[in-house]
Amino acid sequence: MTVTELKQLINARDMTPSVSTEREVSCGYTCDLLSWVMAHGEEGMAWVTVQTHLNVIAVAVLADMACVVLPEQIDMEEESLKKAESEGLCVLSSPMTAYEICGLMASQGIPAHT
Amino acid sequence: MEELFSTTYPVAQADYVTAGKASADIKRRLKQLGVGGDVLRRVAVASYEVELNLVIHSLGGELTLTVFPDAVQLVSADVGPGIRDLAMAMREGYSTANEEARSLGFGAGMGLPNMKRNADEFDIQSEYGKGTTITMRFRLS
Repeated sequence: MTVTELKQLINARDMTPSVSTEREVSCGYTCDLLSWVMAHGEEGMAWVTVQTHLNVIAVAVLADMACVVLPEQIDMEEESLKKAESEGLCVLSSPMTAYEICGLMASQGIPAHT
Repeated sequence: MEELFSTTYPVAQADYVTAGKASADIKRRLKQLGVGGDVLRRVAVASYEVELNLVIHSLGGELTLTVFPDAVQLVSADVGPGIRDLAMAMREGYSTANEEARSLGFGAGMGLPNMKRNADEFDIQSEYGKGTTITMRFRLS
């Protein structure tokens, strides 16, 4: 599934319009503890988190993730979005809860690990 | 073995805004040198963890990247305060991070174990009241 298809699946807003959404999502994850995500993040991952500060972008970029997904229509700080765009990282915001987003991703065959 | 490249990044205490900048630059430079795949990812994760440890726990320090023909080396050296109980600090889930760090999602107690897991060689020397030096090596195959 590509980020474009994920965006449609979870009815999300694209918060980083200048970034391509053609990238393939290889696996899914949800966690708000950044150190924990550093230990378990994988390449191509769609990471669902309520955290929105700059370090979220740093973690996602270092792990070479496909996108960051914010649940419950959470907005991200402008500074973080700018950083995401400059790093080529896609950020989506969905009206669904993290539980619903992960449930949908799993039902469409996105695994927990690559 | 002769070093190909070396650079040092100063890292300030409690600077959460630019935290991760050194790691991002390390990743970029290694990419330019042709390092990729699993090694690049492991260096990136370990360098971010050690950089964040300097921001969260130290009074300030520096991170040095050295590239050899057969390995990448990261050395983190701070000016204090040192780790009171190193055995506890190496345990997954044990953290002494403050409220500010925890509010940002840090302080899960994964930093040092995560560095050790990602590096091929890991060494930590710490003296409470003085400082901590962490040396990590990653083999280039």
